[in-house]
Amino acid sequence: MSARPVAPPNDSVEPRTAAPATVRWIGSRILAFCVIELQKIRHDRSELLTRAIQPALWLLIFGTTFNALHAVPTGGLPYLDYLTPGVLAQSTLFVAVFYGIQVIWERDAGVLAKLLVTPTPRSAVVAGKGFAAGIRAIVQVVVVVILALVLGVHLQLAPWRLLGASAVAVVGAAFFATLSMTIAGLVLSRERLMGIGQAITMPLFFASNALYPISAMPAWIRWFSYINPLSYEVDALRGLLIGTHAHLWLDAAVLASALVVGVTVAAAVLPRLVR
Amino acid sequence: MTGNESHARRPGAEAAAPTMAVRCRGVRKHFGPVAAVDGVDLDVRVGEIFGLLGPNGAGKTTAIRVMTTLLPPDGGEVAVFGRDVTREPFAVRRLIGYVPQQLSADGSLSGRENVGLFARLFDVPRRQRATRTDEVLAVVGLTGAADRLASTYSGGMVRRLELAQALVSNPRLLVLDEPTIGLDPVGRDSVWERVHELRRDLDMTVLVTTHYMDEAEMHCDRVAMMHWGRIEAVGVPADLKAAIGPDATLEDVFRQHADHAFEEGGDLRDVRAARRTAQRLG
Repeated sequence: MSARPVAPPNDSVEPRTAAPATVRWIGSRILAFCVIELQKIRHDRSELLTRAIQPALWLLIFGTTFNALHAVPTGGLPYLDYLTPGVLAQSTLFVAVFYGIQVIWERDAGVLAKLLVTPTPRSAVVAGKGFAAGIRAIVQVVVVVILALVLGVHLQLAPWRLLGASAVAVVGAAFFATLSMTIAGLVLSRERLMGIGQAITMPLFFASNALYPISAMPAWIRWFSYINPLSYEVDALRGLLIGTHAHLWLDAAVLASALVVGVTVAAAVLPRLVR
Repeated sequence: MTGNESHARRPGAEAAAPTMAVRCRGVRKHFGPVAAVDGVDLDVRVGEIFGLLGPNGAGKTTAIRVMTTLLPPDGGEVAVFGRDVTREPFAVRRLIGYVPQQLSADGSLSGRENVGLFARLFDVPRRQRATRTDEVLAVVGLTGAADRLASTYSGGMVRRLELAQALVSNPRLLVLDEPTIGLDPVGRDSVWERVHELRRDLDMTVLVTTHYMDEAEMHCDRVAMMHWGRIEAVGVPADLKAAIGPDATLEDVFRQHADHAFEEGGDLRDVRAARRTAQRLG
């Protein structure tokens, strides 16, 4: 302790306000949260396995059964092919929809307060955690693609399609993570968040095009599935991975807008967690 | 601000330069009808270890949250090294290293990764990040444990890891909220030892809250006694004790000022006290 082990203060005391600098600043925070998510995955790989179980069961049991039934109008596709992007979207939803629990845990452990005393805007904290959930979603893409190939699903494997599907999964998961963080900021308790998370997961999943086309639904559910971001995620994933007709630009626009709204709202309720 | 360096090593001396590490004037913060911070005036001088004392529920943590930009004050002004917390929160945050009351390191990351996150969040340049992380881990004596998961650390080690997280940005003010709560005696000593080293070797100002009067007496240059959201006494521990009588402890000082607040407080305070007691009892 004789020498000064830490370098003298740098001059970066002022918050930088120029627009490109702000983007870089927010970007660096998002990167920081993604890096620690990767480090966590590296330390505990068992979660990768447990996260793979559910999509595997959906494809193996539900998928192969319905494949044989021919009960769903898929427009000529084998049902397993039709289902694979839906199961992928569902697994990214499950990864993200309980992400708020982590935020509540971080509130209880004082971590959130510590993060908010760094020069990091609230929106960057929320976006960073959203994209960290997106990192988990990429893992799900890898898992489901491998499972699907094993099951003989006819996937389109061009690199741009896989990259596109990963991007869609990341943005979708990031949106649902911000939704979860918003609920966390409103209910302020793990138990209530668990309850609400379970309550919304089912309608989000079943009132979407993940398992069957929207055209097969009664009118009022159809209406809900049109405002359900998961439908747009599935549509894009199906178009990219299976090669069905998809509205990729619309899907991308809806998911990106949903994420912007999600980050804004979650950032607005975040201070409730540090009172 | 370099003008303050000269008296940074003389914590008890009268400040010549006007800039305080923390300057609070008339700070108020309410939660519903409860005034958690009720008109606090406070000066923390550059280079001192300043203790904010009081029982649980005195408003210490709320006061700290206002000073660290976590909560906006309802009234009054707070400046950290001359920067206003509401007008320039990001500038204030770059001056502060904050360690919350709870043991807040992430158990699913290694010690090094815990520090690395804060290096990124404080914009430590990429080329310096690894060196700076190693340096602060060395400062807190965790070099050997740096690559172990923080979940394997003892309480004292987690506290030291949190100090490293707070130090990686090279702050001028270290804010520690109940740093020794829940630690065994060895852990407590190791934390205070580091705090003294930081002040001595890095000219750091340290603001610490505690409800352990004996620790404050031993380790703080000056203390403020907080009770029901108000500062009841400020000074050097020895002076405060001497004013009460021979053989007095800080505990006695606090008791006297707390009683004083009971007597002088008037009707509203009594109502509030009664309400608090009622809440505590059931």
